[in-house]
Amino acid sequence: MVLFFQQLVNGIMLGAAYSLVALGLTLIYGILHIPNFAHGHKYMWAAFTSLFLVVNFHTNYWVSLFIAMIVLGLVGAGVERLVYRPLRNAPHVNSFIAAIGLLLFLESLSLIVWGADFRRFPSLYDKPIHIFGVAITLQRLLVIVAAALFIILLQLFIKRTWLGATIEAVAQNPEGAQLVGISIDRVSSLTFGIGTALAAAAATLIAPVFLVYPTMGSMPNLKAFVVIIIGGMGSIPGAVIGGFMLGLIEALGGGYISTDYKDLFAFGALVTFLTLRPMGLFGKEVR
Amino acid sequence: MGEILTVQGLTRHFGGLAAVTDLSFDVRAGEILSLIGPNGAGKTTVFNLITGTLLPTRGKVFFQDHEITGLRPHQTTSFGIARTFQTTSLFYDETVMDNLIVSYHCRTRMGLWDALFHTGRSRADERQSRQKAEEILELIGLQDRAWELARNIPQESQKRLALGLALVTEPKLLLLDEPTGGLTEEENISMMALIQRVRTRGITILLIEHKMKIVMNISDRIVVLNYGEKIADGSPQEVGNNSAVIEAYLGAGYAET
Amino acid sequence: MNWMGRKWLILTILVIAVIIPQVVTNKYYMNILIMSGIWSIVALSLNLILGYTGQVNLAHGAFFGIGAYASALLMLKLNMSFWFALPLAAAIAGFFGFLIGLPALRTRGSYFAIGTLCFNIIVTLIVDRWEGVTEGARGLMGIPGPGPIPLPWGSEITFKTMAAQYYLVLCFLILTIFVLRRIIQSLVGRTFRAIRGNEELAEAVGIHAMRTKILSFTVSCFFAGVGGVLYASYIGFLSPEITDYHVSFDALIYVMIGGVGTIVGPIIGTLLIVTIPETLHIAAEFRLLLYGLILIVMIIYLPRGIVGWVKDLKGKRRQEVAWEKS
Repeated sequence: MVLFFQQLVNGIMLGAAYSLVALGLTLIYGILHIPNFAHGHKYMWAAFTSLFLVVNFHTNYWVSLFIAMIVLGLVGAGVERLVYRPLRNAPHVNSFIAAIGLLLFLESLSLIVWGADFRRFPSLYDKPIHIFGVAITLQRLLVIVAAALFIILLQLFIKRTWLGATIEAVAQNPEGAQLVGISIDRVSSLTFGIGTALAAAAATLIAPVFLVYPTMGSMPNLKAFVVIIIGGMGSIPGAVIGGFMLGLIEALGGGYISTDYKDLFAFGALVTFLTLRPMGLFGKEVR
Repeated sequence: MGEILTVQGLTRHFGGLAAVTDLSFDVRAGEILSLIGPNGAGKTTVFNLITGTLLPTRGKVFFQDHEITGLRPHQTTSFGIARTFQTTSLFYDETVMDNLIVSYHCRTRMGLWDALFHTGRSRADERQSRQKAEEILELIGLQDRAWELARNIPQESQKRLALGLALVTEPKLLLLDEPTGGLTEEENISMMALIQRVRTRGITILLIEHKMKIVMNISDRIVVLNYGEKIADGSPQEVGNNSAVIEAYLGAGYAET
Repeated sequence: MNWMGRKWLILTILVIAVIIPQVVTNKYYMNILIMSGIWSIVALSLNLILGYTGQVNLAHGAFFGIGAYASALLMLKLNMSFWFALPLAAAIAGFFGFLIGLPALRTRGSYFAIGTLCFNIIVTLIVDRWEGVTEGARGLMGIPGPGPIPLPWGSEITFKTMAAQYYLVLCFLILTIFVLRRIIQSLVGRTFRAIRGNEELAEAVGIHAMRTKILSFTVSCFFAGVGGVLYASYIGFLSPEITDYHVSFDALIYVMIGGVGTIVGPIIGTLLIVTIPETLHIAAEFRLLLYGLILIVMIIYLPRGIVGWVKDLKGKRRQEVAWEKS
């Protein structure tokens, strides 16, 4: 029973992190129809950025999270401007291949700059607390709470602000949006920036729970894609529900069935969905 | 019977929206039947339902007395139904000739083995593909552009080429979706002449067209759709005098060129 | 370049290729050339599904690995000779390609890319964990090279020297080029290009899209398997890394930089990328950094790769040589 609760909490925490990363991805895909395959590697860079700040400048954890979000947000916008915008009118696959190039670039840059070592992210919140007989660190709870907060903030932003409405307009009808004077370029950069910032938040939140290392982005990257395919590419509720579903499947599957094969669950789920329902839970019908 | 195509109770819903409702009509062998109606009346949807690009929610489609409802596009094409698309669809990175040659594929029989070992069958198929392509190239009048890339030829030639691709598949029924879209008055006339030439080869034609002058001149019969339902069918004279039709168009129809 | 000129060029290149082992005796460079040959086969096969049929397949490493492991297990556990193991292992790789293609090719574009990538990961995981069969992370060792071929006049061809192994790989490379070229230039190849160009239109003119894609994918995986078998016999040792998706990315890089959708492109891409960084002794991390950067720059400015760029410079489109011949 204790194991169950432990894994349940883990699952929710993982789910929260996956949701946040997937949200950024689905936002980018929903608006720009770009499969940003290098998302996980910007996530990795965010973790290193905040780690760097905390370790070398002793900045407050929350401040460094905020800074990482801004820095990576700018990086995201820059990537959109330099890499994806020139490919806007090319076939889709070209963007995907560019993303692969970007992924390789970011990963090797990280290896060169930071080295291959696995690093620990020092945290103020790693004292375990006991709830219902289960020991969890405060950090894990914080991940869940902070992620939920970000998700709510994002929803409010999209639905209640003028900027959010602009983004939705571009998502639904790019030509129409242009006709009313909305700059597709600016919206694209902004969306990319926000999406990347969300991933950066997820990275900094999760980094103290696990370790920080240059290849830490590849799995979350793939899993974020699994999430948005399951949830439906471009769907915000899909990303959230898909993220939590995946987190729970992984934690419970990993805890009860096998830790060795736990990654398989994610990919097995993906293959199943691709075969049976490629548009995901909330996506649009194809034929 | 003389009916080459029969559509029975054809219905298609998209979520809550009914794009086509309970549509029934026949196309007689050898005729030119025009499908007209205001924008959004569901005409292209009907084409998609016949060729198999879309599945009907209800209803059936019969081609030469065989039911073809729900068959996929490549199947309906090999049965003898070819189509063009409202937005010209071509293999843009290939030459005009290559576009035509590959469209003969459904009439060839060679497979991977034939390709690998250069069998007699593969040579025969390649020869026939080229012959058919040259024949249609001449029919559509693009001999001078045979080796140009499809993306580089002018719009009117592209429309002709799209028609050519459909013809290479040796159809018995040809579905043309706005073949004169974006063409000038002169180009309209030569496109219509081409369509007449196609008809003399014994191919039945189902035409979606907005330009009333053309429709009235070339059609043997007309079916009128509005909001996905048939509101009239008959000869051009009958349809032209039908009050429901005139109302549907609200005056924009007959005066239009 | 006209037809006759091209024939002379090919002949010259062939002659150079054949002479090389007699001139180059340095083992280090011979190794690079042999590996280039093997990777060229892999790149050429990827090009069939990617360049000619337009589907971004990121599982190529998995099929390379399946071919490699299948042949190694056939030779080690069943004592099969290399000459039987090769076609059988390649067929196994092709068969898996067929199986995976059936569900995977029902998706398109990015979905297909991600789906194949996930499949690749699943394969690597299985190879890594299924220790009973594959020895897992310890790897398979002592994979035999090709056995000797007896000659009619009593002696035999052995494959112990590097030169002999080089010729073996060269022969298979030429065979691969020949077969793939045949397919690409035939009507079957035209249907591949039709799918790449406009899948909906291809279906409208009567091409069975699914069947065509599966054919392309299966053949592509078969030859990836051939590359895998040659690799296993040459290196003599296998570990799960060779099924990893980084191998798929490598193959993608060779094809994209050399020239996607051309016959020569993947070979040139492989040669450039395998040989230049080695000769310049660039460290591994920097290589990937460069590849990533080059890939980005190329896909934006030279999407048809180096060979494509050269062709565009020449300003004319390649005509079907097969038509002139027939």
